[in-house]
Amino acid sequence: MLLDYSSSLHYVLALLPEAVLAVFGMWVLLAGVSRRRSGGLGKETGWLALAGLLVAGVANGWLYSGVAEGGTAAMIAVDRLRLFANWVFILGAGFAIVIALPYVARQRLQAGEYYSLVLFATVGMMVMAASRDLMLIFLGLELMSIAVYALAGYNRRDRRSAEAGLKYFLLGAFASAFLLFGIALLYGAAGSTNLHAISEALSAGAAVEGLLGPGLALLTIGLAFKVSAVPFHMWTPDVYEGAPTPATAFMAAAVKAGAFVVLLRIFATGLDALHADWSGILWWVSALTMVFGNLVALVQSSVKRMLAYSSIAHGGYLLVAIVAANETAAAGLLFYLLVYTVMTIAAFAVVVSVGNQGESGNRIEDYQGLGARRPVLSICMTIVLLALAGFPGTAGFIAKYHLLLGAAEASLWKLAVILALTTVVSYWYYLRVAWYMWMRDAPAEGRPTGYVITPFATRVALVVSVALLVLAGIFPGAALEMAENAIRGIMYVAPQAGAAGL
Amino acid sequence: MTELLAATRYEDWILHALIWLPLAGAAHVVASSRERAKLVAFGWSVLVFGLSLGLWWAYDPGDGGFAMVSSATWIEPWGVGYSLGLDGISIFMVLLTTLTSALAILGSFEYVKTRRRAFYSLMLLLQTGVVGFFLATDVFLFYVFFELTLVPMYFIVGIWGGERRIYAAVKFFLYTAVGSLLMLVAILYVYFASDTGSFAYDAFLHAELSLREQLWLFAAFALAFGIKVPIFPFHTWLPDAHVEAPTPGSVILASVLLKMGTYGFVRFALPFFPDAAQHPAVVSVMLALGVVGIIYAAWVAAVQPDAKKLVAYTSVAHMGFVVIGIFALTLNGLQGGMVVMISHGVSTGALFLLLGMMYERRHTRRIEDFGGIGRVAPLFATAFVVTALASIGLPGTSGFVGEFLALLGTFERYPIHAILAASGVVFAAYYMLPMVQRILFNKLDKPENRAFAELSRREIAVLGPLLALMIWIGVHPTPLLERMEPSLLVVLEQVEGGGAAAGADPIVSAAPSIGAEWGNPAD
Repeated sequence: MLLDYSSSLHYVLALLPEAVLAVFGMWVLLAGVSRRRSGGLGKETGWLALAGLLVAGVANGWLYSGVAEGGTAAMIAVDRLRLFANWVFILGAGFAIVIALPYVARQRLQAGEYYSLVLFATVGMMVMAASRDLMLIFLGLELMSIAVYALAGYNRRDRRSAEAGLKYFLLGAFASAFLLFGIALLYGAAGSTNLHAISEALSAGAAVEGLLGPGLALLTIGLAFKVSAVPFHMWTPDVYEGAPTPATAFMAAAVKAGAFVVLLRIFATGLDALHADWSGILWWVSALTMVFGNLVALVQSSVKRMLAYSSIAHGGYLLVAIVAANETAAAGLLFYLLVYTVMTIAAFAVVVSVGNQGESGNRIEDYQGLGARRPVLSICMTIVLLALAGFPGTAGFIAKYHLLLGAAEASLWKLAVILALTTVVSYWYYLRVAWYMWMRDAPAEGRPTGYVITPFATRVALVVSVALLVLAGIFPGAALEMAENAIRGIMYVAPQAGAAGL
Repeated sequence: MTELLAATRYEDWILHALIWLPLAGAAHVVASSRERAKLVAFGWSVLVFGLSLGLWWAYDPGDGGFAMVSSATWIEPWGVGYSLGLDGISIFMVLLTTLTSALAILGSFEYVKTRRRAFYSLMLLLQTGVVGFFLATDVFLFYVFFELTLVPMYFIVGIWGGERRIYAAVKFFLYTAVGSLLMLVAILYVYFASDTGSFAYDAFLHAELSLREQLWLFAAFALAFGIKVPIFPFHTWLPDAHVEAPTPGSVILASVLLKMGTYGFVRFALPFFPDAAQHPAVVSVMLALGVVGIIYAAWVAAVQPDAKKLVAYTSVAHMGFVVIGIFALTLNGLQGGMVVMISHGVSTGALFLLLGMMYERRHTRRIEDFGGIGRVAPLFATAFVVTALASIGLPGTSGFVGEFLALLGTFERYPIHAILAASGVVFAAYYMLPMVQRILFNKLDKPENRAFAELSRREIAVLGPLLALMIWIGVHPTPLLERMEPSLLVVLEQVEGGGAAAGADPIVSAAPSIGAEWGNPAD
């Protein structure tokens, strides 16, 4: 059917997945309260949340398969970009909930609120991805952020978790202010908060020059904070390390994906005419993020913190696609987000298991000799690490290659070389986990080795994600095509990057 | 034989089988029991070797182009194909791989005692990667296989290796990765420059690139392959990896993995960037590095107390001959380089197997711990001497044919380099013969050595084929040379025909390669 917003029902239909998920979020919240009265562990609320994601997924599928939109200027986009991004969010949230089930129960966290916060954050991301209007984007961003602040500080009994929550909240609020100020200035410059209108005003030269620069700068800072790009990344390692591990997985995967989709939407469709202005800045941000994230990850002794820095590095790779700003790079970005979400959550699933469904086994030494003790878990982790490193045979390679292809098409050769070389750096710290697992014997007597707890649901999630990573690494055709379709026709003007050559 | 092969439509399926059967074998090994793992792995590798032997008769040199080609779409949006082909260069690499893999697996029966299923499945996985690399005629596919070989080798060295195994494994991995990732960027550059939207080998051959571009791209390819070969000064990972690797790992590393580097030069770097490959600066640098590698490695080898490290350095020296043979860009030089590659694969592989047998018996690799072995184990000593002489390059052994041709080919154009490199043959005797003397002859003054066991039947079966090959290639190399000649001529034609713009104004782009006349294997 065609959505042209001629009746108010169309608005509801256009936002169907978000609406469904929001309803489930509230349901889970209420169910949690009543469950706690009866003294249960609250796993049911987790399953209820998963059911909500499933229904939202069905709604998303309905929009994906059978709905067209009237134009490309409406506030709510019903385009493939949004719907593809929704798949990523739903997948990420689903996996994050599955690996949270045993953790939340074992750590005696309040289950209902936890899962409903995950759902609300997901709704926020979906709203962000759906909006073609800066105000609506801000709304979605705040909905997501506030839920995630709470998730980061969710374990009140743990000092580091509380610290993570507070740190994230204070800095995040600051970044939101930057973003809002940037939006205000852009509105002043272009006379609209609608991205399509902004794009037209910019290409017509009708914008107020004096407000554009500061607006762009503030907007970039606000978004760079959300994707934890250097130099606005300071919060990331502490927050990722302090937050409960399943929440970290959710933040590192889905939240980052949401922020990148918005970044793509704003920069590649709204501010495309200013490509010459922002690409230079983002070039440096991207290069610094890749170099810094990878170099600092080298020296981490906690696997959780290493993954936090590696997620910063992955943000750097993704920024290359934003700088390149062509359809290949944008499709690469989406494909990368899909793969990245799966592999990040899979890696954290192992971290949660080795950490005894808590925070006790996150040091690299805790992985020593894991290959002999838990061979299947270790094989899964090895494949996930290879995927994170972007090694051929895994989807991580196809994704990274896709980004390189986009960079090459835009003749960003220096950035491509930086990406390649920092990838080599990343091999070191990913391989380090592998060699602790396989090449060192388990510690001798005297050092207690904790239990490794991998419940059935986590195992299923892990095996499914590893299978997906390998399958998409060997036969990426279908997923690539989906990502390409998601991008087709999104960009109002295809920006021409300067041919730099060698 | 030919009729039999034709009757089974051998040419249609053999290349796919050679790549994927080892993978099936790896799966079978994982599923089998701990005790049977080695037999299962050996069975599969023998099956693959047996099948690959048919190539010798089935391959018709003809005009030297790719034979048995098959092509399918793999990743359609990017123009990536699953394309395979065999020519007079890759056939030898494939046969060498299938042979040494089977022998390395047989030779590791006593050496590998832990986690056997993992070990043998990794060995077979490695074989898939290597054979795929040699057979790929799609640049993307080639890159994937190139990288794919790293992971099994990393674990083979890192899990079953010696004291400093982790250091050696990571060093091996990172060194190779630096080169290959930069090569990936270069591959993308050529992909966009060729403007055909395809990663097919031919598309890359016909990309129009200016001399300046070619030099940069050649540098990226040369770094990747140069580290793999390894060319001095990128060789430092090799002694570590060789010394720490378990015997079968060393054998595969020396016999096959190093050849991926030199093969990469002949197959990809030279034909893709003919102007750069002929550029005087490039040629003089590569020749100089080759010569330095030969002499330097020989001197370093001469003072090693560890026999395995000594042999590791001889690899660097031998590969130096391959490098000068290739970059002399004469038919003799290329043929010589190819024969050295084969000969080195056979003789150094055998040396590592022999050292492994010594280590299994005495748990030491230090030369001074041995002495007088020839008296207690004459068969072992015979095998050792023949192999060492083949490694030195004594006339009548495979080493002589290769080094002689490589030097001859180099002398035609660069006499001074050839003369300097020839001194390496003398040095080879200088480092190899004292080792032979100290291990096999001298006095039998250490009581442990009196119990040095003679070769078992399994060990004879491992060494026999290799010794036979050393002699056969040394005495009658013509069947090899006539099979590789047409394909090498094609490479020469691609390089020299495409080199019209060499030395010309760097801004003017190169004339289309003569390689255009070469039949498109996809036709």
